[in-house]
Amino acid sequence: MSSILEVTGLNKSYGDFSLSDVSFTLEEDCITGFIGINGAGKTTTIRTILGLVTRASGTIKFFGKDMNKYEQELKDRIGIVLDDGGFYDELSMAEMTSIISPAYSRWSEQDYKTFMERFSLNPRQKIATLSKGMRMKYSLTLALSHQADLLIMDEPTSGLDPLIRSQLMEILKDYMKQGGKGVFFSTHITSDLDKVADMLILINNGRILFEEEKDILIDTHRLVKGDIKDLTDETRNLFLNIQETEFGFSGITNQLSKVQKNLHDILIERATIEDIMLGYIEKETKNNVITSR
Amino acid sequence: MKILISNISDKPLYQQIKDQIKDAIFKGEIGEGDPLPSIRNFAHDLKVSVLTIRRVYDELEEERFITSQVGIGTFVSTGNLELIRDSKRHLVEQVMLELIQTAKTLRITKEELNEMMNILYEEDGQ
Repeated sequence: MSSILEVTGLNKSYGDFSLSDVSFTLEEDCITGFIGINGAGKTTTIRTILGLVTRASGTIKFFGKDMNKYEQELKDRIGIVLDDGGFYDELSMAEMTSIISPAYSRWSEQDYKTFMERFSLNPRQKIATLSKGMRMKYSLTLALSHQADLLIMDEPTSGLDPLIRSQLMEILKDYMKQGGKGVFFSTHITSDLDKVADMLILINNGRILFEEEKDILIDTHRLVKGDIKDLTDETRNLFLNIQETEFGFSGITNQLSKVQKNLHDILIERATIEDIMLGYIEKETKNNVITSR
Repeated sequence: MKILISNISDKPLYQQIKDQIKDAIFKGEIGEGDPLPSIRNFAHDLKVSVLTIRRVYDELEEERFITSQVGIGTFVSTGNLELIRDSKRHLVEQVMLELIQTAKTLRITKEELNEMMNILYEEDGQ
């Protein structure tokens, strides 16, 4: 399996926010979810790898080629959906498309028409009058109409209703069926990823906390519930995070066998991606508080 | 071939899928030389990651249950099945030997042992 995107040692500072040594790899045939809370660095990372903002250090390779040297050629092969879209409000979609389409060497008018119809978009409608969902659909139409090998999307699902979100997930799966493609999208709505993601990358405070196969994450983590009285300093350490009420605790662990050995009378359930994500973020936050003391 | 994935099982996803494919092969639900679904379609239908199915196929291939032909597809191996069955049988015999030795040290008679085996076999039999 070859890699579609390799990011190594990315650094970038903005005032008091910085990306620190961000490295990850996207492999062919995988849908990768880029998760994290607001302000974690998702958008900055995406903008940096696309060369929309300058970086302090780091290398970015798409399809094995350096982004610095082959930017033009590489961008031709990437479909991009960004939060703001970067469209001219006063134009109609047809007019906007006629500005954008010549930039792509493999533009397909056929694909464009198919998606416009599928999304029930009227080409003559002005961009200023599009709803948020329609804007995203238009943006996605453009990204899907030039036979891109990789789709990079920044929060494509935020602000969309569940029906459109599930349609989008189906479209991504269809796209992957061609083989040899890749999808990378950021989201803080992790339920979108339950059905479609192959890989997950978690970013927090500008740092990558994990890069792992989704199914393995789900297999190796558990949500444990039990009596607070059974918790000791030692057993607490087996958890990423623990929530306590007077009726009991619940926590996420990646050391299930040790938990089972040391705690009895517990309930063990599968954790969702969201549970696991919050577990790692809370653990990180707690560690930071301790080290800064 | 029937494959059901349990969300409450302690078994990892890939293990659940792998075991059920093996079962299907042993039971003859899929025969020698039969094609298996493509990784992408299989992953889609089972709602798991393509990486998980890839791992299942890789391991089944290593254990010689299936063979992959680049560009053509994945198939149940031919000829190896008897061998695999024999080796499984051998495994059972080994465990039985151990069991018999333990029984002997505890002075459990052959009749008692058979009785125990019958009861346990039925209990697990549903």
